[in-house]
Amino acid sequence: MPVEIRLPQLGESIHEGTIARWLKQPGDRVEKYEPLAEITTDKVNVEMPSPLGGVLVELLVPEGETRPVGSPIALIETVSGAIAAEAPAEPPAPAGGPGGSDRSPAPAAPPPAAGRAPGGVRLSPLVRKLAEEHHIPLQALEGMTGSGAGGRVTKDDVLRYVAARGASPAAPSPGAPAAPPGAPASRPPGPGSADEVVRLSPVRRAIAQRMAQSKREIPHAYGVIEVDMSAVVAWREAQRDAWRAREGVPLTYTAFFVRAACAALRAYPVVNSSWSDDGVVLRKAVHVGIGIAVDDGLLVPVIHDADRLSLAGVARALDDLTRRARAGRLTLDDVSGGTFTITNPGVFGSIWSMPIIVPGQAAILATDAIVKRAVVRDDAIAIRPVMHLGLSFDHRIFDGAVAMQFLNFLKAWFEDYRDGR
Amino acid sequence: MAELRYIDAIRDAMLTEMRRDERVLVLGEDVGVKGGVFGATDGFHAEFGEARVLDTPLAESLIVGAAIGMAVAGLRPIAEIQFSDFIYPAFNQIVSEAARIRYRSAGAFGCPLVIRAPYGGGVEVHGGLYHSQSVEAFFAHVPGLKVVTPYTPSDAKGLLIASIRDPDPVLFLEHKRLYRALREEVPEGDYTVPLGPAAVRRPGTTLSAFAYGQMLHETLRAAADVAAEGLDVEVVDLRTLRPLDAATILASVRKTGKALIVYEDNRFMGFGAEVAALIAEEAFDALDGPIVRVAGLDAPAVPYADTLAAAFMPTAGKIADAMRRLAAY
Amino acid sequence: MAAREAHARTTGARHEALGLHPDDLLAMYYHIALARAIDERMWVLQRAGLVPFVISGQGHEGAQVGIMWATDRTRDWLVPYYRQLAACLVRGMSPRDLMLGLFAREGDPSSGGRQMPAHWADPRHRIMTTSSPVATQYLHAVGIAYAVKVRGGGELVVTSMGEGSTSQGDWHEAMNFAGVHRLPVIFMVENNRYAISVPTRLQMAVEDVAVRAAGYGFPGVVVDGSDVLACYEAGREAVRRARSGEGPTLIECKVERLTAHSSEDRQEKYRPTADLEAARSKDALVVFKHYLEQVGVLDEERYTEIHRRIRAEVNDATDYAEARPMPDPATVTRHVYAEE
Repeated sequence: MPVEIRLPQLGESIHEGTIARWLKQPGDRVEKYEPLAEITTDKVNVEMPSPLGGVLVELLVPEGETRPVGSPIALIETVSGAIAAEAPAEPPAPAGGPGGSDRSPAPAAPPPAAGRAPGGVRLSPLVRKLAEEHHIPLQALEGMTGSGAGGRVTKDDVLRYVAARGASPAAPSPGAPAAPPGAPASRPPGPGSADEVVRLSPVRRAIAQRMAQSKREIPHAYGVIEVDMSAVVAWREAQRDAWRAREGVPLTYTAFFVRAACAALRAYPVVNSSWSDDGVVLRKAVHVGIGIAVDDGLLVPVIHDADRLSLAGVARALDDLTRRARAGRLTLDDVSGGTFTITNPGVFGSIWSMPIIVPGQAAILATDAIVKRAVVRDDAIAIRPVMHLGLSFDHRIFDGAVAMQFLNFLKAWFEDYRDGR
Repeated sequence: MAELRYIDAIRDAMLTEMRRDERVLVLGEDVGVKGGVFGATDGFHAEFGEARVLDTPLAESLIVGAAIGMAVAGLRPIAEIQFSDFIYPAFNQIVSEAARIRYRSAGAFGCPLVIRAPYGGGVEVHGGLYHSQSVEAFFAHVPGLKVVTPYTPSDAKGLLIASIRDPDPVLFLEHKRLYRALREEVPEGDYTVPLGPAAVRRPGTTLSAFAYGQMLHETLRAAADVAAEGLDVEVVDLRTLRPLDAATILASVRKTGKALIVYEDNRFMGFGAEVAALIAEEAFDALDGPIVRVAGLDAPAVPYADTLAAAFMPTAGKIADAMRRLAAY
Repeated sequence: MAAREAHARTTGARHEALGLHPDDLLAMYYHIALARAIDERMWVLQRAGLVPFVISGQGHEGAQVGIMWATDRTRDWLVPYYRQLAACLVRGMSPRDLMLGLFAREGDPSSGGRQMPAHWADPRHRIMTTSSPVATQYLHAVGIAYAVKVRGGGELVVTSMGEGSTSQGDWHEAMNFAGVHRLPVIFMVENNRYAISVPTRLQMAVEDVAVRAAGYGFPGVVVDGSDVLACYEAGREAVRRARSGEGPTLIECKVERLTAHSSEDRQEKYRPTADLEAARSKDALVVFKHYLEQVGVLDEERYTEIHRRIRAEVNDATDYAEARPMPDPATVTRHVYAEE
């Protein structure tokens, strides 16, 4: 197998060379270090020794032609015994030359959105951090005239506010705010003159950061299964009014989804986990988050210890969280600590979706619309209410086999449903 | 313990080491019979003799270069540059040579050398453009060097002894205004203050003020002045510029939320710029105000006439004003 | 010994008059030839694209070996410059050591691959680490000499330089200090008439660098760098002066630079062809070989054997160094300061 001889880097800042004269011809034997060619550059003219010995097979560059440093210029068939420890070396990088400067250091992360909340009030990094720690919505600080220069809200202002507020932390804090993005995003072109810039609400900003973080850090994989919901639908239809009267809260399909999920998570604990560099953290408790659409985005309140609740308990918890979410009265506790999440895009008509995992969790379950379809049962066409279940999961933690087992468990739970479990 | 002036503490450090370790010697212009233009080596020639208290020819590159050779050959030289303003002929020897000997030999050779130089100006100094300069920024930039700027006499002694014992080259900068102006109880005998750790001179909560050298004096006065107005300023003495005590600096900023950096050198790209960058990068979300520097003007050095010198120098008054503005932000 | 030398002076065997035995001569020849072979191989490796850079001492070897032979190779210091490959070999570095530096491999004793080639250093052999700015090291040399003198151990320092470096302020400061304190130092100037491309007529107003020594209070001598024994003789006297406390000596060796300044330089651009051809006739390697043949110390068999050994050593050193790993990037910030 002939070896390529490359044009060497003959000096700093030399980028090309001209083959002035070949000193060997194809078919000639060449000893290691024997002069092979005369090469001219604008700095030095040299006789280039061959870096290895063998038989010259082919000249790749005619005399008088110029090539960049590193270009192949000849082929030598090495004789056994003279074999390269001397593989033609890559021409070494120019000392301190331009090559090194291609790699500029990654630009510094852009700072988290400078503290201009809508309304144009300057909030320093410290003030924003204190607001987060004390569950003060930034909107509350926006309207405040602070004691700092130009009415700026200062650290002391925040601390005074906290002291004066006394009682329990008010206002919803939308899903744990994310850390600022690590790598710089490429900058899209700025707004044109006719374009309108819709400022981001804190909720929107928080969602954006979480979603981006999740997609960036978690390798998402997907599993889908089709579920015959006849049993659940039938039971729910039959029980609905009596239930409502008895429990005082509606019985939504979501309640069933939560119950099913708790059972499945007990059977497959690896789905109720979290990725860490030290290992997969299997969560003991089951805290199920439920995606709830609100005016400017999505909130994910959490039913803590959902596996300890009965169907009625779940229904009550759901009702409570939904009301408070829509009224903007969720607390920080309400939206934190989730170990698994269920999202219900079916209410909007989606029949198949691929949701984004909540950072810190291993998977998220999407329940799509329950739609009457023609299906095959016992070799005959039947009409059944059918729902797709989609599981987005963190492929670092478990694989498609487990995902499908989990989904199949859910499928069986729904299809065999009875007795208000 | 005795009460010593800053210059006496420095003398005491060298005396202690020269008596303790026969490898230690002093070299420089006028260090011998005269005892140094500031008296730092007064009496040394009589006690230790000409070989160990060497009057060199008038050649700064030689002073540092020969000291490098002595250090490599196993002695512990203390090279004195008569004024920091005259250090530049030795710049090549300090930066290209002393700082790099260990690195370029992959640890085979070392250069345990101390270079002492008086620096700094002020109205009373009357040094003009060539007897007042601050040079720490040029040298603290260089990996392989250590740079020390003590403020108190007891620090000066302990840090100088530590510097003499340090296996790496140390630039030891002594503010000439402090030489005879500052007195303190200084422990007798042999003790060291480690190179690196900063010292909180005045704990506080309103804002953190970082300074070194003679600027400590001005900053502490400014802090005392504004205390009467209810501002509780924390004053941190950096002491060693390289290696820099980032931990103390950041902890202070996290405590107060505001940072003020004071240095006598020209403002642009002076040492305070590095401290500011450090704080901005590592303690950004602790900041409740911009990082402010109070520094010398960007004119070549401290002019001779009193009015011009006063305009150049950061004073307690200017520092106090900056403290007030930052506190009010 | 004195009788033998006296006898030798009458019969004309120069080396005997200097107290040199045939074994010394062969060893000196061996070092000169080995240095040349290593140097030539380094150029080949660079032109073959296997290493980025080479800077050479071809033509200087005889002077270096001659003078170094007069020193104590177990304890005297060497503060070299970049053409001193031969001196470093004499002082105890091995061909492998030198090739490790050329290839910038892990384990390179001079700098662990951190410096360009020809920045030799080795604490085992008291070869001081040097940098690239010219003439900074002469101050280090006199500092070492001062320390040595103060301690009274009797060692000396050899420091060498091209004639161009004698224009630097640091050189003059070092010469001055050495003269003031009568330091045990030998300033060896290897005058090859070109500082890269600048000829001596533009470098200095005097014909011989050696005359400058008088300005600093000590002797300066001129020797023919192609005459190994003359260099040895000058070295011997300088060593005697240093060890007896008489102080420094400047030995200016007139040598020829047979190659371009470095692999980055093309000397045909500034050096007339006739000059280059004349240079080859003053090659100590050739001149000394003739002397050894004349006095019957080197015959064809010995010559062949020596060069066979040299070839094997050069190949061994090349193969060894090339096979070594590159320095680990994880070590790039080690040794900025002393490690615990």
